[in-house]
Amino acid sequence: MKDKALPVLAVLGIIVVIWYLAAVWMNSTWVYDQAGRAGTAPGFSEVVRATMALERPLLPAPHQVAAALWDGITGEAITSKRSLVYHGWVTMEATLAGFALGIVLGVTLAIGIVYFRVMEATVMPWAVISQTIPIVALAPMIVVLSNTLSLGEALGLENRLVSKTIISAYLSFFPVLVGMVKGLRSPDAMQLDQLATWNANGWQSFLYLRLPSSMPYFFASLKVAIAAALVGAIVGELPTGAVEGLGARMLVASQFGQPLLMWASLFAAAIVAGMLILHVGALQRGADRMMGVRP
Amino acid sequence: MTVLWLAILFWGVAWGANIWIAGRVKAGPLRWVPPVLFGIAVLVLWEGAVRALGVPEVILPAPSVVAATVAGNLGLLWSDFVQTIVKGALSGYVMGCGAALVVAVLVDRSQLLSRGLLPVGNFVAALPIVGVAPIMVTWFGFGWQSKAAVVFAMVFFPVLVNAVAGLAASDRMHRDLMRTYGAGYGPTLFKLRLPAAMPFIFNGLKIATTLAVIGAIVAEFFGSPTRGMGFRISTAVGSLALPMVWAQIFVAALAGTTFYGFVALVERRVTFWHPSQRVRG
Repeated sequence: MKDKALPVLAVLGIIVVIWYLAAVWMNSTWVYDQAGRAGTAPGFSEVVRATMALERPLLPAPHQVAAALWDGITGEAITSKRSLVYHGWVTMEATLAGFALGIVLGVTLAIGIVYFRVMEATVMPWAVISQTIPIVALAPMIVVLSNTLSLGEALGLENRLVSKTIISAYLSFFPVLVGMVKGLRSPDAMQLDQLATWNANGWQSFLYLRLPSSMPYFFASLKVAIAAALVGAIVGELPTGAVEGLGARMLVASQFGQPLLMWASLFAAAIVAGMLILHVGALQRGADRMMGVRP
Repeated sequence: MTVLWLAILFWGVAWGANIWIAGRVKAGPLRWVPPVLFGIAVLVLWEGAVRALGVPEVILPAPSVVAATVAGNLGLLWSDFVQTIVKGALSGYVMGCGAALVVAVLVDRSQLLSRGLLPVGNFVAALPIVGVAPIMVTWFGFGWQSKAAVVFAMVFFPVLVNAVAGLAASDRMHRDLMRTYGAGYGPTLFKLRLPAAMPFIFNGLKIATTLAVIGAIVAEFFGSPTRGMGFRISTAVGSLALPMVWAQIFVAALAGTTFYGFVALVERRVTFWHPSQRVRG
């Protein structure tokens, strides 16, 4: 444990030090300007102190961001529109919905590709191409479309949630597809022959051999997919007119010049990402244990 | 309605042809026929459905309308392309990947840093870095510089993580052999470890191409001069000029695919020795 944590802490420490130095350097121009206007000549230590406590710094110091984040999380009731927990939840909802849709889509396509040669020949190249198309170019249009068609109302959901879900699903289906195709193909000829010897039909060889052996690949791709789904949800919030969600919070903060709020939202998004990845990791370990993997 | 039935008929014929081809052709240039045929069939079905069902243009324009928009606005699309892809995405991509490679080589000299950087970098690479877009726009202004900065931040960590992993990937035996030859740090780096790291580095570079295009477009949603693909898309959506939006999507798709294809081509040239690149005989 100790020899694992030490290098990570060293890297984190270096990042924080660089951040502080950058904060002093970037904010000092403003401090000197202010001092010049007031006709004072502050000493170096005063400047350093001043750069860490600006209300609208170019680059807020780490402890300022931490304070703003703490304030956003605990300062308000979690149902308040000023609370980062509320906005984080809105984003997470769309992320999870898109993630689920992406998994269903990815797994279905993967099964089709593994079992039908024609699917592999036609769909696989387009799945690869679909990922080189910047989805964000489509995002505003998906938002407008799901509003005009009232897709959400038909399903009894909010239109905004539907558009964000589609974008998240688009980004997250691909890693699942690639992982599952690899995983479903991972049993070798000997194992497949063994099942044939036992007179297993196609369904049984899928259920007892291909599916279990694809699980490690499946979970590895889930980690990539959940991160992609979160990016999709945040990007999907940008063109909706910035109503709610962490992406909207960032947009509002940038338009109204509140760098502290902007950074706090950014870190809230990072925390959400971390939590989601940890949960997927825990899910993986649980599944491993169920399937009898010994560490 | 005849149009729709004809389109569906075409789809069926194309699908049948694909099954026939896919069952027989495993390699050679003919293997590109099924995906191309599939793409054409989708376009035909789309065109037929839009015409036959009278789908309004503000919901889904027909491919022919989009094609006409592309042909009629080549100058505008070109200037948006230059602003977003060439100035924003490409310059940020080159700087970000270059910086990541340099940092990877520097970090690699220290055991402590390279071991610590992998978990941290892996975590950061999974974060929604697009979120720095508003920050970069306040720092570097509305011009292409802020877009390049966002792209820089987005591509840096994936490339760094892959490069650090790649530099550690050379065989113990090969390194020992280099030492036997009396090779110092420099020659070992350039003649053994960097070439051995190339498959990893290119993996990062390929992921970064998609991220670069996404970053450059998203950053424009936060403020841009009056040209650029992200700017055009958001204003065109606002005025419900959907053919223009689709024209931009077409250009973005073309640019993204070409970019990715180019890097993949370079990879094939550089890492021709790697098992994944060998032509299956």
